[in-house]
Amino acid sequence: MPVITIDDKEIEVAAGSTVMDAAREAGIYIPHFCYHKKLSIAASCRMCLVEVAKAPKPLPACATPVADGMVVRTHSDYAIAAQKGVMEFLLINHPLDCPVCDQGGECLLQDIAMGYGGVASRYAEPKRVVQEKDLGPLIATDMTRCIHCSRCVRFGQEIAGIMELGMPGRGEHTEVMPFLERQVASEVSGNVIDLCPVGALTSKPFRFSARPWELSRRRAVSPHDGLGANLAVHVKGDRVYRATPLDNEAVNECWLADRDRYSYQAIDSDDRLLAPMVRDGGQWLAVDWRQALAQAAGALKVIRDTHGGDAIGFVASPRQTVEELHLFQKLARALGSESIDSRLERADFTGRRDGVEWLGMPVADLGDLDRCLLIGSSVRKEQPLIAQRLRQAVKKGAQLSVLHCADDDLLCKVAGKLIGRPSELVGLLAQVAGAVAAGAPAVPVSAAAQAIADSLKSGGRKAVLLGAVAQQHPAASQLHALAQGIAQATGATLGFLIDAADQVGAGVVNCRPGQGGANAAAMFSQPKKAYVILGAEPELEAADSAQARQALDAAELVIVLNPFRAAADYADVMLPIAAYAESAGSFVNMEGRLQTFRAAVAPRGAARPAWKVLRVLGNQFDLPGFDQDSAEQVLAEALPEGEATIRARLGNGIDGVTVALPATAANAIERLGETPIYQLDAYTRRAPALQASIDGQAGQCAAASAALIARLGLAAGKPVKIRLGGAETVLRLLRDDGLPDGVVRVPGSLAAASRLGARYAEISLEKM
Amino acid sequence: MLNRIKYYFKTFLLIELLQGLAVTWRHLWAPKITVQYPDEKTPQSPRFRGLHALRRYPSGEERCIGCKLCEAVCPAMAITIETAQRADGTRRTTRYDIDLTKCIFCGFCEEACPVDAIVETRIFEYHGEKRGDLYYTKDMLLAVGDKYEAQIAEDKAADAKYR
Repeated sequence: MPVITIDDKEIEVAAGSTVMDAAREAGIYIPHFCYHKKLSIAASCRMCLVEVAKAPKPLPACATPVADGMVVRTHSDYAIAAQKGVMEFLLINHPLDCPVCDQGGECLLQDIAMGYGGVASRYAEPKRVVQEKDLGPLIATDMTRCIHCSRCVRFGQEIAGIMELGMPGRGEHTEVMPFLERQVASEVSGNVIDLCPVGALTSKPFRFSARPWELSRRRAVSPHDGLGANLAVHVKGDRVYRATPLDNEAVNECWLADRDRYSYQAIDSDDRLLAPMVRDGGQWLAVDWRQALAQAAGALKVIRDTHGGDAIGFVASPRQTVEELHLFQKLARALGSESIDSRLERADFTGRRDGVEWLGMPVADLGDLDRCLLIGSSVRKEQPLIAQRLRQAVKKGAQLSVLHCADDDLLCKVAGKLIGRPSELVGLLAQVAGAVAAGAPAVPVSAAAQAIADSLKSGGRKAVLLGAVAQQHPAASQLHALAQGIAQATGATLGFLIDAADQVGAGVVNCRPGQGGANAAAMFSQPKKAYVILGAEPELEAADSAQARQALDAAELVIVLNPFRAAADYADVMLPIAAYAESAGSFVNMEGRLQTFRAAVAPRGAARPAWKVLRVLGNQFDLPGFDQDSAEQVLAEALPEGEATIRARLGNGIDGVTVALPATAANAIERLGETPIYQLDAYTRRAPALQASIDGQAGQCAAASAALIARLGLAAGKPVKIRLGGAETVLRLLRDDGLPDGVVRVPGSLAAASRLGARYAEISLEKM
Repeated sequence: MLNRIKYYFKTFLLIELLQGLAVTWRHLWAPKITVQYPDEKTPQSPRFRGLHALRRYPSGEERCIGCKLCEAVCPAMAITIETAQRADGTRRTTRYDIDLTKCIFCGFCEEACPVDAIVETRIFEYHGEKRGDLYYTKDMLLAVGDKYEAQIAEDKAADAKYR
């Protein structure tokens, strides 16, 4: 390994690394703008010029590879003079509008100009002005401030996988712009805000609302997908102003999905429940906590005494903390109910599972896979940062195969594809299973399935991953069993791409039906007398939303603990609980990582952390074991040995499932009812910026391929009547040529489509 | 010994009393320097730091751009600002409050302001009957600015060459 001297420090660095890498290793700071540890080298800003002995000119540290015996001076007079010269050029066209710039106070250019800039500008000519660009509702632009470091452009090419921003023009006419005046639609687009070293790209919802020095940063964990991205929540007073990523190489690296970044808006939503409410006849009355809890407990006691504890169904959102879910199941079991579940979106619970479903491997290992089969996963929309990891793996040479109901663009090379209607998924997966197994396959194997099988049979590190569609599928257990067979035959790891921040945690603390208890689907198909609902909105999120709504309407008693006024139509008691960032707690992410966080702000109104509400609810029944004083105490009780307890309860095995290939009608049109990216949970649904984005808008529409639209005599962009069973609704129909013939994407978890019910069923479309 | 004799005579000759009376006598005829406030007033420097004001441009547009530098620099934390984007896309304050009971009249806010929006005027004769009366909001500060703009502009111009 070459030994080089930087600022009289002799260090040994890896061959092929750059002077910048060596300096970072030695703890020496070299000013830079375009260099970023996760992006390729552009050497376009020239700020990192350093003096290299025997070199005729100063060299850019970020693009100069080290050589043995190299002598580098980063702070010599020669180097400083070069850096100051560059700084003067960078400032020529940069406007002096720091007081109105949102980046002011956290601006790389501002900071470095303090060290290397002149006192006054020598430039007296007119400055350049660049036209603003419309990048959509998430990113605000002030393009005159751009210094052309090209970080945002490289981010699009290398990380997001889609080059939505480009840099046409030369010299003074260089401009960063979206192509053809389109808006930026990537689900990770918000990262360009963090990348931009100046104030050219800033957050639109945050625009002009606070300055960085006023905000305190508190650690939080994203409550959306199963990744558990680490956030810094920026707080002033009792308001969350924005969220930015916290570096965690093992989880989110330095990125955030837009969902994680902008969902904080929901915390201040007008829809927040600010006081405990009880239904008095047809009216909602705001009451104090004592009365609300006494009324809730009294009504539950009546149900328990007349119908038995098992007449009460307990439904929890998988986005509540481990502490809350632990107390929730403890309360349920103490009341004599075993009907507890948090897997609302699942329809099929057959088979015996040997543990809590999880990713099966660390998240960080996804980037090093050689072979991967994605089953029923729109991974870009379900877990945007997992998609990013897989994209990096493909870039390194991995073969990614896809078995899904939609041929979505994963923005990377896909080795094999099997696309079919939801009812055909089991058959398609059976083909792959047949092709990888030794001996004659039980089903005829298509060439595409054989190709996927061949891909999986080669290579070293392999994974078979089941996505949300595979988990919500009416034959989910069969898909699980087939995937398990494929994984075993090929030596791959079987994993689940979990779509909720604490679904694994819910399983680990046994927020699951016990002996004789009903699961989430059975609780609504065979209605209970009463329901206690923690954080969830079953009328949207359940596998059969229409059935769930019916069961809730018919129930004698529905007690809802929710940060929002979601359940005003069917609840009898609504107890306001803290939203994310308002409550201390822990999430267990899809790799079994326990991430604990504290409250960043105080809860709105009279809302209280859900674990406190559940604890006091337990006290109302004089139950033992409801005397915890802090979230830490609850966690210690729920997971006595922390991550070791979690690991002991994880497992992806399944048995007791017989695979039966369903007969599918050849011309049937089926609903693909996956949850759109910004309808995922209560927070994203109430974040106006996310709803206004391109993905947010598309998530409120149905979609079909051009061929199907033409065949049915419909028109893209126009409303269409959708019938499922006896129910019907009207949605705007978009064109999406990635969908196969016979599949219409009709979003699940969407209020407008909730009366349709089943997420994967035969539907018919009618012109309006 | 000598000191004791001197002290003995001083005690009954009242020399010190006469010395004191001489001072009184001298000042009785000397020109007076007392200013008869409020009938008379002392001269003020253009840099006088009295009541705050928010200024406007001649077009009527408020100067303040909501950069919050005055809020950040205020050692008494007397300034509270909230900002938002106005309909025309510019950065403006939705709230600009100065708690004059906290203010120590150091003038840092004036120094920090990049657009000469917040200034301290020559006004020092104001009062409040309740504590809340000295909590100046944006409208009150703008009203002060509107009323004394001529004087403020003159003072700013006088001081401009030293800044």
